[in-house]
Amino acid sequence: MLTYLLKRLTSLVISLLVASLVIFLVVEVAPGDPASFMLGLNAQPDTVAALRTELGLDVPRYARYFAWLSGMISGDFGMSYTYRTPVAQMIADRFWVSMPLSLMALALSTLIAFPAGLFAAARRGSAGDMGVMGTTQLGVAIPNFWFAMMLVLVFAINLRWFSAGGFPGWDDPLLALKALTLPAIALALPQAAILTRVMRSALLDILGEDFMRTARAKGLSARQAIWRHGLRNALIPVLTIIGLQFSFLLAGAIIIEQVFFLPGLGRLVFQAITQRDLIVVESVVMLLVFAVIVVNFAVDLTYAAVDPRLRART
Amino acid sequence: MTLWYSRNLLLGATLSLFFVALALISFVWTPFDVESLNIGAKLKPPGASYWLGTDHFGRDVFSMIMVGARTSIAVALVAVGIGMGVGVPLGLTAAARKGGWLDEVIMRGNDLIFAFPSLVIAILITAIAGPGAINAIIAIGIFNIPVFARLTRGAALSLWEREFILAARVCGKSRTRISVEHILPNVTNLLIVQGTIQFSLGILAEAGLSYVGLGAQPPTPSWGRMLAEAQTMVSFAPHLALVPGLAIVLTVLGLNLMGDGLRDALDPRIRVTRT
Repeated sequence: MLTYLLKRLTSLVISLLVASLVIFLVVEVAPGDPASFMLGLNAQPDTVAALRTELGLDVPRYARYFAWLSGMISGDFGMSYTYRTPVAQMIADRFWVSMPLSLMALALSTLIAFPAGLFAAARRGSAGDMGVMGTTQLGVAIPNFWFAMMLVLVFAINLRWFSAGGFPGWDDPLLALKALTLPAIALALPQAAILTRVMRSALLDILGEDFMRTARAKGLSARQAIWRHGLRNALIPVLTIIGLQFSFLLAGAIIIEQVFFLPGLGRLVFQAITQRDLIVVESVVMLLVFAVIVVNFAVDLTYAAVDPRLRART
Repeated sequence: MTLWYSRNLLLGATLSLFFVALALISFVWTPFDVESLNIGAKLKPPGASYWLGTDHFGRDVFSMIMVGARTSIAVALVAVGIGMGVGVPLGLTAAARKGGWLDEVIMRGNDLIFAFPSLVIAILITAIAGPGAINAIIAIGIFNIPVFARLTRGAALSLWEREFILAARVCGKSRTRISVEHILPNVTNLLIVQGTIQFSLGILAEAGLSYVGLGAQPPTPSWGRMLAEAQTMVSFAPHLALVPGLAIVLTVLGLNLMGDGLRDALDPRIRVTRT
């Protein structure tokens, strides 16, 4: 297990370093100088030069990369060009909207998909199975932001059960959770549709295996056999999709935040793009990519926990 | 014709072709000009003169849907082309050099691209080059590359073990020639099915990018931007949000059904178990 862990950890560090280099280089080639942009067209050259020095833009690129990288490791993302406040603080404030939203959506999609997938697999070919599969076919075709707009139309505008947007902060956790409920449902349902299909097909593959027949021959009912032996074995493909989904959820959260006017990372990054606050853009993008890589690393480790054969092979 | 026995394929192809036809017809005819404003006819509900109603500038929604279909289909199609054009050769090369450094570099590169969701790539590109349909194409196209590379490599690896490939090697053919002449034709079915799925995902991604302002820019109509503009009017003009949304859902549904149908029709193993 230790060798497996070390190998995966090395791969994680290399992926993060290469990703940081790619992001830094892409943002570095951006045309236009942030200092000139901030000061406007009529700025004097010496004022621009002074601001460049203040922002640390006059040092060589490689030095800036290492400064950015070491800063990020110690939690210092630099200073926003536009707001002159620490980027880390800006991200931390927004993170507490985007991350709970993504996690709520992930939990919700899993809670829907597991029973739905189990139900469909256990009743393969029945009307219930066809109903579930038809619904999932529709679910994967619905854009989450459009679904979000429809939820607002029904539950906020017509029924007035929820607010149409905004976020009251975490001072009152219940109000905060209520504000995130519609966004989380909008984000979760299309993902739940995908996960249900994966869950169903993984279980159907498992149901045909010899060990499942043996379990039934020992006297277990179909439900007991699936519960005790089928689920654990079907988890590998399901976990893979959950891991992949997380990146879609994070990206999806950025879009859904626009529908509900939530002050999350999405709004931060779109404001930063229009204001050419590149340090904010590269920091948020790095954070998103970091989250995707780390979640996939965690999924890799979970494989090993779920399936001991994988540990033995590496 | 086994192909046409599939109901999914027939239904999917009909839906998809309907929107492709709308896009093509829009080049020569639309009921109204999508760029001319007619404030006197603003926010009309669906009716006889304006089949799907009008928007806040009095533009005909049906005409905008027709022209928007062009944008969605073009962006998704070119993005699939980029993904296939780059991903397939990479996958073939990686499989031909299995276990070598080239395979390792290609696959790790793919892993890295996978860590960048298409929206994140679009954010990066927009930060440096500004928003636009071309940037959306590039962002979705880059995201498609590892999908096709992994699929091609996986399918090619099992083919490299087959006897007909061994025979080709005994004939003295190079790895590249074997990849092009023998492996590629045998993975084409798989690529067509995946291409259909990525095409539908491309339509969704384009709509998402246009919705947040990173895709097609005014005055080019796009389904995603129509939804963004409709957002503040959803309470008094719900048709503005319903129509483009349904257009996206039906197109994606059609392509997904077509993908499922094609997979059933083209995969001999499924065909055998069915008959």
